[in-house]
Amino acid sequence: MFVHLQGPWNPLTGRLAWSDIPYRNAIVDGAFAFVVIGALVILTWITRKRLWGYLWREWITTVDHKKIGVMYTLLGLVMLFRGFVDAVMMRTQQVLAVGPHSPGFLGALHGYLTPYHFGQIYSAHGTLMILFAITPILQGLMNAIVPLQVGARDMAFPYLNALGFWLTAAGASLLMLALFVGDFSHAGWIGLIPLTELPYSPGVGVDYWMWAVQIGGVGTTLASINIIATIVKMRAPGMTWGRLPIFSWTALSTSVVGISAFPVLAAALALLGLDRYFGTHFFTAGMGGNLMLYTNFFWIWGHPEVYFVVLPAFGIISEVVPTFSEKPLFGYATMAAASVAIAGFSWMVWLHHFFTMGAGPGVNAFFGIASMLVGIPTGVKVFNWTFTLYKGRIRFESPMMWAVSAFALLLVGGLTGMMLAFPAIDFTVHNSVFLVAHFHSMLLLIGFAALGGISYWFPKIFGFRLNETLGRRAFAFFAGGTFMVFVPMYMLGFMGMTRRLDYIAHPQWLPLLIAEEVGIGLYVVSVYYVAKQFYVSIRDRARSRFAGDVWGTSRSLEWLTYSPVPFYNYAVLPHVNSRDEWAWRRSHGVASRRPDHYEDIHLPRNSAVPVILGALATILGFGLTWRIWWMTDAAFAGIVMAVIVRAFVRNTSWTLTAEEVERLEQGFEDVPPTQTPADHALGGAVVLETADNPP
Amino acid sequence: MDLSQKGDGGALLWDQSHLQHDAISTKTYGFWLYMLGDIMIFASLFAAYIVLSYPVNTAGGPTPGDVMHPVMAFWNTLLICTSALSYGYAMVALKTGHRRGVLAGLAGAGLLGLGFLAVEGLDLASLIQHGATAERSGFLSAFFTLVMAHGVHMVFGLIWIAVMAVQVERDGFTETVVYRLLNLKIFWFFQAFIWISIFSFVYLTGVM
Repeated sequence: MFVHLQGPWNPLTGRLAWSDIPYRNAIVDGAFAFVVIGALVILTWITRKRLWGYLWREWITTVDHKKIGVMYTLLGLVMLFRGFVDAVMMRTQQVLAVGPHSPGFLGALHGYLTPYHFGQIYSAHGTLMILFAITPILQGLMNAIVPLQVGARDMAFPYLNALGFWLTAAGASLLMLALFVGDFSHAGWIGLIPLTELPYSPGVGVDYWMWAVQIGGVGTTLASINIIATIVKMRAPGMTWGRLPIFSWTALSTSVVGISAFPVLAAALALLGLDRYFGTHFFTAGMGGNLMLYTNFFWIWGHPEVYFVVLPAFGIISEVVPTFSEKPLFGYATMAAASVAIAGFSWMVWLHHFFTMGAGPGVNAFFGIASMLVGIPTGVKVFNWTFTLYKGRIRFESPMMWAVSAFALLLVGGLTGMMLAFPAIDFTVHNSVFLVAHFHSMLLLIGFAALGGISYWFPKIFGFRLNETLGRRAFAFFAGGTFMVFVPMYMLGFMGMTRRLDYIAHPQWLPLLIAEEVGIGLYVVSVYYVAKQFYVSIRDRARSRFAGDVWGTSRSLEWLTYSPVPFYNYAVLPHVNSRDEWAWRRSHGVASRRPDHYEDIHLPRNSAVPVILGALATILGFGLTWRIWWMTDAAFAGIVMAVIVRAFVRNTSWTLTAEEVERLEQGFEDVPPTQTPADHALGGAVVLETADNPP
Repeated sequence: MDLSQKGDGGALLWDQSHLQHDAISTKTYGFWLYMLGDIMIFASLFAAYIVLSYPVNTAGGPTPGDVMHPVMAFWNTLLICTSALSYGYAMVALKTGHRRGVLAGLAGAGLLGLGFLAVEGLDLASLIQHGATAERSGFLSAFFTLVMAHGVHMVFGLIWIAVMAVQVERDGFTETVVYRLLNLKIFWFFQAFIWISIFSFVYLTGVM
């Protein structure tokens, strides 16, 4: 039943042998030493501070949406760093390997990376950045903020939330394992078919990629279900659809995309897995397979996935811009409608990723026009943000800098996207670095917004703010790096440079490649400042503590809770009276966080099952990758057993009594807001509503 | 109510109704969302089947007309629909709080589901015996995968039915048990719906 494999296999360790641990490669050795030493330092520190019990009780087994959100974001930032190191390596290889006389190091003919190693690095970079860096960071922000914004005590399914996180972490763990045990896929993050088929990639790299993405994807699907259910079912009284904050609107749209798109990826990868493990012929060249079926499936997920990550970024910008313009968001209704419209369009444009497939003019014209239509709701958003800025009292604190740069970058990425939407232009620049620069503009706008979102909501979750000076430096170098890397890349694309090159045959491209290398150097400085910002802010947290609304002009409901947010979020659920509830309460002089009564609160109990399931999923993925069947059978049986055992646990919730809530609430300082929003500003009367005048 | 807590125009600031979200409706709503994801998996498999059912995809091997046994599939259709009906009776018994009735309905649904799997297993085994395996061609890969993906769902459904029978027996009709029975209903009826789609679009169109 299983395919016949070339090479050694034994029942105990499957395909795994000592020779699969690539200790002969200096680069992998360095990375291995870095990770091992880093892990040892952290583990020793935890042990010395006797934090294991605390970590287990408060974080690893938690079902609290804020803590899960923090863990998601942390995972995303760590993966972002690894993806960034991959980027540095690629840029350095391309600047070293120019022309036939360029020297070779570490066994490479040119540059310092062999083609196979280079292929693994760009594949890992794409997979990591999109699925394990940006997606978890945005999931983390949605997890932490959406329940607060809709006025809920937790997500609709807190246990499922933890499970979703640990499955994402399991996928990320497999990716990290691939770095040190065996190879990673060299077939691009999209899994170029039929290169991913067994005859062309007989190693374990594609399997690692496939299972890491598959397991992480299950986690993301579960998270999407949770966010939709939370927004639809858990809103506080008075939180009508017309009052839902825009970030929650985008979280809702994005989750609808997630829940409908990720299963298609799951199916595509499962079919690829059947090809690789059972010898079926879905995507094989010959025997009745169809290569383009995979490509279609992949992009039927892949394009919605792009909007899956861009929509929350739009939501973050829509929260940050009004706060720092001291004005309500311009065009609330069109903003919500545009979010939903972008989610809808995400399903109609997948074929523009392979116009060159040869589908004929009719099909290409349809998808070309559909792709251009995306510009309409996106344009609505850009204009709305611009009109929000117009005549506002703008303050350039670091979240605002990130947000404004994000939508400036959206213009660059969006307009080049409009160019690529023309099939005729796409045929010319297809697979060039112009395309690479285009989608990096889009993904970096998400990165800008995500980093802005982190600095905007960090004080909300933790009760102290990030260091502003270091944040500005991080921003400045990040923006400079973006400019220096991607403007030359657009130019190189027009000059005909194709993507994924490990060797550059045209020496005249060298100056621009050097400019890109300088840009990546700016990014390195930025990463240093981001790390230093976290370190310094946490070290000096006593000096930057505050109890209420750190920005003074924030608007939506999440700022009604204390900072740091108590584990039950709201002692009493707020009754929502207006669209920008917190701004409304502030301007009407009722901005007290102290409720008028207390009541019992039912809370979910912590559970160790999600982290156990995550560990079992990692083992399952590892066993499948190396074809160690006893391991996969045991892990799968363990998963089924754990789910069933969990189904028989009776007391999954506990009650916090009203007296206890009152006692806890006395511990918080109810600081009245010092500033009132600029109600006289343009648009003020348009968006603020009162209870007497509901939408 | 304390007047100081009243805002502009006497607006209510904190919920006075001791709002408790409806747990059962939230859980079933969430499960419907999960089913939406599952539908997308089956939609992909149906799409793959349709793309891979052209003559070229048989690679010179068996054609749809050779491997489809619509009469066997018809018996399966009867079995799975009766199983869903039996589950429906369990739901009627749940409304009246009749524990025996629920258990009998679950048992009927489970046994008929097992019968379905047995017939399907025989059908696929005979195909494999005749050399029509999933490895033979793209068409057969898609056919086996679609039918067996449904079969795997049925297996998990049967495990779930068994777990629910134990829980009904042990706990009675608690909130948790009731929402799980409702979710299982969605899941089980959905499998019948998928099978009817397979019967119509794979078996019946296959022999035409």
